[in-house]
Amino acid sequence: MTQEHRKFICITCPRGCALDVTMEGEAVVKLEGNSCKRGVDYVTGELKDPRRMVTTTVRVKGGVHPLAPVYTESPIPKPRILDLLAEIRKIELTAPVKFGDVVIANAFGTGVNVLASRNIPAKSEAS
Amino acid sequence: MLKEKYDVIVIGAGPAGLAAAIEAKKTGAQEVLVIERAQELGGILQQCIHNGFGLQIFKKDLPGPAYAQRFIDELAGLHIDTLLDAMVLNVTSERRVYATSRWSGFVELDTRALVLAMGCRERTRAQIALPGTRPAGVYTAGTAQRFVNIEGFMPGKRFVILGSGDIGMIMARRLTFEGAKVERVLEIMPFLTGLTRNYVQCLLDYDIPLQLHHTVKRIIGNDRVEAIESVQIDEQRQPIPGTEETIPCDTLLLSVGLIPENELSRKAGVSLDPVTAGPFVDEKMQTSVPGIFAAGNVVHVYDLVDWVTQAGLLCGRNAAQYAIAERKHHGRRVKMKAGDNVRYVVPHVLDKESLAESAQLLQMRVTLPIEEPVWVEVMNGEERVTRKAELYVRPGEMVNIDIPQSAYDAVQRASELSVRVVRR
Repeated sequence: MTQEHRKFICITCPRGCALDVTMEGEAVVKLEGNSCKRGVDYVTGELKDPRRMVTTTVRVKGGVHPLAPVYTESPIPKPRILDLLAEIRKIELTAPVKFGDVVIANAFGTGVNVLASRNIPAKSEAS
Repeated sequence: MLKEKYDVIVIGAGPAGLAAAIEAKKTGAQEVLVIERAQELGGILQQCIHNGFGLQIFKKDLPGPAYAQRFIDELAGLHIDTLLDAMVLNVTSERRVYATSRWSGFVELDTRALVLAMGCRERTRAQIALPGTRPAGVYTAGTAQRFVNIEGFMPGKRFVILGSGDIGMIMARRLTFEGAKVERVLEIMPFLTGLTRNYVQCLLDYDIPLQLHHTVKRIIGNDRVEAIESVQIDEQRQPIPGTEETIPCDTLLLSVGLIPENELSRKAGVSLDPVTAGPFVDEKMQTSVPGIFAAGNVVHVYDLVDWVTQAGLLCGRNAAQYAIAERKHHGRRVKMKAGDNVRYVVPHVLDKESLAESAQLLQMRVTLPIEEPVWVEVMNGEERVTRKAELYVRPGEMVNIDIPQSAYDAVQRASELSVRVVRR
């Protein structure tokens, strides 16, 4: 069977290893350039089901800031990123927001929750 | 309620300052105060909503605010005083701090040990002398990041980003998420200045073009940016005539480097390293002025917040020990020098006795990338003290090496150690 070379840059950690993958059809026959075994998982993921963490903001009513930063608890499939951003854009929370509050539970049935990244206290009447 | 005298005062409540304050208190400093310019703790982490923080320290991939929240919560449980929305006006070498805020008015505070943790600032248009008109729509990447992530408005619709630093690439993705079009990222150097993984997950993933060896020749537009003219540059950093391209856009973001913020350090009489633009420090993160310590991006610009936290912890511990009982000085120190392909090494000096207690970490940046296996070598003249293998080195990625305790004897013989990076 003919062999095909594919190149990836592992994004698991800041090291950013340049990975050289030898494929035979769908199968990985050789992986070079990785410094640890997370490189293997990364290539497997990129080939079968590429995922990314998503971080963005959601509107907040009555908070010390007009936005709360949010993040996906774990990576979501790449093709769903823009859909997720559109969903998050529809939401408005009410302060106070607590770190870890669930903003969207089980997004698109992926099992991934979208959580608040920090506390947004309510704006006090005095200030 | 503020006290008149503190054991440790920390200036700056970013990751370095928070870690320093927490560790100083845990080490036994009784009265600890953190002074912060912003209205809340956390520093720049609060606007860094992207993930990638905490992999080293927490073994978790956290967004910036979540990383900060852990330290803010810990600080709150430790009875550490905070003065927010405050400006430190002056600091003396005798560790008197002059500050003002709407909450406290003008205050004069004394401290047994002082920690400088002011972080760094972005280089601006003026500092890179960018030609052209002076329209609205030219921002540093960090300013745009604050607008988009905290204050909730978009600084433009069509962007060009100059500089391939991490903040620039992260903003390219962020602006794309918010519906803007990022036309181009231009980098004057022949290599990426930020982390490679940010090139993949911020630019490649969203088809945002990167051009190395390119820069902005001039800005076009009167009231508002209308376009920029880019140009390719040669190996001598000279523009190549005929390679100009007009790229229509309404906003130009600059991600062209960070400079440690040391106005206060200067006022306190702290000596600064012209290469790092931060204080000269020893292995305890103590500056040239006894009792004044420094940690984080105020010393040198780090790649990872986890390392900033570690520097803050080290600094806070030593500041507390200094405050509790001024530690005796051995006076036997060795200078660290940047050798072949090393731009700088931190710490700048090392107490020879420090190796009796633990291995000592050296951090450095290389001058030029080497994309093949190298040795990072610590040398005393022609004698090798220790070395470490790396698969490659790049200016954008800080290099760390430990001097092991086993090198104690070799270090005692040295008056100066140089660090070099050579091909294997």
